[in-house]
Amino acid sequence: MTSRTISVGALARVEGEGGLEIVLRDGEVKSAALTIFEPPRFFEALMRGRAFTEAPDIAARICGICPVAYQMSAVHAMEDALGVRVTGPLRDLRRLLYCGEWIESHMLHVHMLHMPDFLGYAGGVDMARDHGDIVRRGLAIKKVGNEIMTLVGGREIHPINVRVGGFYRAPRKRDLRALAERLERALEQALQVARFVAGFDFPDCARDYVFVSLRHADEYPFNEGRIVSSRGLDIAARDFETHFEEFHVQRSTALHARMRHCDAPYLVGPLARYALNADVLSPLAKEAAREARLESVCVNPYRSIIVRAIETIFALDEALRIIARYEEPDASCIAIAPRAGVGHAATEAPRGMLYHRYRLEADGTIADAIITPPTSQNQAMIEEDLKRLTGAFVHLPEDELRHRCEQTVRNHDPCISCSTHFLRLEIDRG
Amino acid sequence: MSGQGHRTPSAPRLAVWKFASCDGCQLSLLDCEDELLAVAQALDIAYFPEATRAPIRGNYDLSLVEGSVTTPHDAERIQDVRRRSRALITIGACATSGGIQALRNFADVRDYASIVYARPDYIHTLATSTPISDHVKVDFELRGCPIDKVQLIEVISSFLARRKPTTPSHSVCLQCKLKGNVCVMVARGTPCLGPVTHAGCGALCPSYDRGCYGCFGPAETPNAPSLSAQLAALGMDEDALRRVYRTFNAQAEAFREESERHDE
Ligand code: SF4
Ligand code: SF4
Repeated sequence: MTSRTISVGALARVEGEGGLEIVLRDGEVKSAALTIFEPPRFFEALMRGRAFTEAPDIAARICGICPVAYQMSAVHAMEDALGVRVTGPLRDLRRLLYCGEWIESHMLHVHMLHMPDFLGYAGGVDMARDHGDIVRRGLAIKKVGNEIMTLVGGREIHPINVRVGGFYRAPRKRDLRALAERLERALEQALQVARFVAGFDFPDCARDYVFVSLRHADEYPFNEGRIVSSRGLDIAARDFETHFEEFHVQRSTALHARMRHCDAPYLVGPLARYALNADVLSPLAKEAAREARLESVCVNPYRSIIVRAIETIFALDEALRIIARYEEPDASCIAIAPRAGVGHAATEAPRGMLYHRYRLEADGTIADAIITPPTSQNQAMIEEDLKRLTGAFVHLPEDELRHRCEQTVRNHDPCISCSTHFLRLEIDRG
Repeated sequence: MSGQGHRTPSAPRLAVWKFASCDGCQLSLLDCEDELLAVAQALDIAYFPEATRAPIRGNYDLSLVEGSVTTPHDAERIQDVRRRSRALITIGACATSGGIQALRNFADVRDYASIVYARPDYIHTLATSTPISDHVKVDFELRGCPIDKVQLIEVISSFLARRKPTTPSHSVCLQCKLKGNVCVMVARGTPCLGPVTHAGCGALCPSYDRGCYGCFGPAETPNAPSLSAQLAALGMDEDALRRVYRTFNAQAEAFREESERHDE
């Protein structure tokens, strides 16, 4: 019997720190483990005793890559606990802020983190030496996403303008309108990006994923919707903990998640969202998907780069629609009185659904918090991918195999710091 | 695409390191969309795992360190980073004052671990979250949670030009005055940490009708007790006063001392 272990010490081009250990026996992948050794930061613990109003600022610091997702989940969960619903222009502004984060995060992943795998570079900066125009185009689109976040949120990392009930200050109509021209230009460029990435050489593979995402009857989901799966699950966010559970494995500071009553791991993120919501994409995004030859359900994880490009087109398109109909609200925020209660919310971070639950005391103090980020939910599925997909590459020399394993993980844009919890690759060939 | 990356062979080598953090400060570098490729031309980005697969090798002219020290392993790793670095600059509140995760310094970390993890015995962590300067010599500290990217570019370019970075040391208040903001505390009675908070953000929160919550940490000579009296007059109780200083820079001396004055 010949066996070997391949390990990736510190996984690159993912946010946060983690590693992989793959054990090969007789040319087959015997086991694959993702270890997250990101130092724990204990957010759920340090939330206790804080005022409900502080949650959006604290939750943002879980992750610098998708702070809006954390802020949005926190404010929605608080509003659920406090019996408040945000509608009209304030709701639109939240969707707009989310558009900014998707554009920024997807273009970062597509160009700086994922694309170098397909074009054979160590990273986006190296790639820029030979493909400067492509990298610059990606950065230009990303920048427009950041401009939205700066205008609506105050800054692109850890926005300061988000509060429970709405915003501290609503942006001016004319300031938003001023963005429209740049968004139009970025939309043109994003269409080119979708065409470009659709032409990559993708490993031929298909996985039978259980997809989980939000679903909203008439909009592609950001902040709201029911939690649905490709196997017929359809529940309200408040029932998340009845159907999903987190558990703790020794090798990782990130918790794993699984669906109760069914042992299979599940996938959240762009592939899941697209599979379950493609019908409510904007016409332009649908057209772009057709042109990129994206099947109506994409089960090849390497092709997630195309889905990210399509979602970027959608987000730019949606941002333009929101800006066109935006009227300044009478108040930037709904006044809220504290009360005791439990609130739940799930929203769609660029890398997948995340869930928050808070229990509040009568004075609005947080008694306890549960935060389930996308990466911990995807961790088990990423390990499955490694087991099933890297088998085809075991004959490759160590370096190439290692690279394939890393790419297989990067497909899912795991964000390790967010798990407060991430990745290193060890391949054991015995 | 001409000219990309034709660096001189002697381009200074840059490394970006991560300790306990949210990645937000190093992302600020990737958020410099307009300057990123110029930076990459002037510097050899030799180690930056969030952006490239290139492995650790040799020494670096400039190390940017994000995050705080919270594990025994990291306490050793920072020594190695220091040995490999000619200049070491900390970026952000985590690296400069321990970050939000330093809230454990005021609690029992075992309680924290058992709240979050089913098997706290699997978790290896230190009882404290400490800034990098508690462990090794730091050449410059850039504040903020997150850092301001304009300041980051200033620090990198001054390093390249071998001059001292010009980043202001006064308070957020002065930046409000420069911007012509109406004082949110005087005009609206909104509690604001601006008077004791280090400049750098351009008085962002007050520009959005919000009080400063201190994400750049204490200014150089803050008079926190006097501000607390004003905040109390605006209705903040002892509990709220303790919390307001205990966020993203809780371990920074002036904020820690003031928060402790309001401990039960
Ligand atoms: S200082 Fe703030 S933005 Fe920077 S790494 Fe720490 S938590 Fe993130
Ligand atoms: S005003 Fe204060 S809290 Fe707001 S960004 Fe500036 S330093 Fe941070």
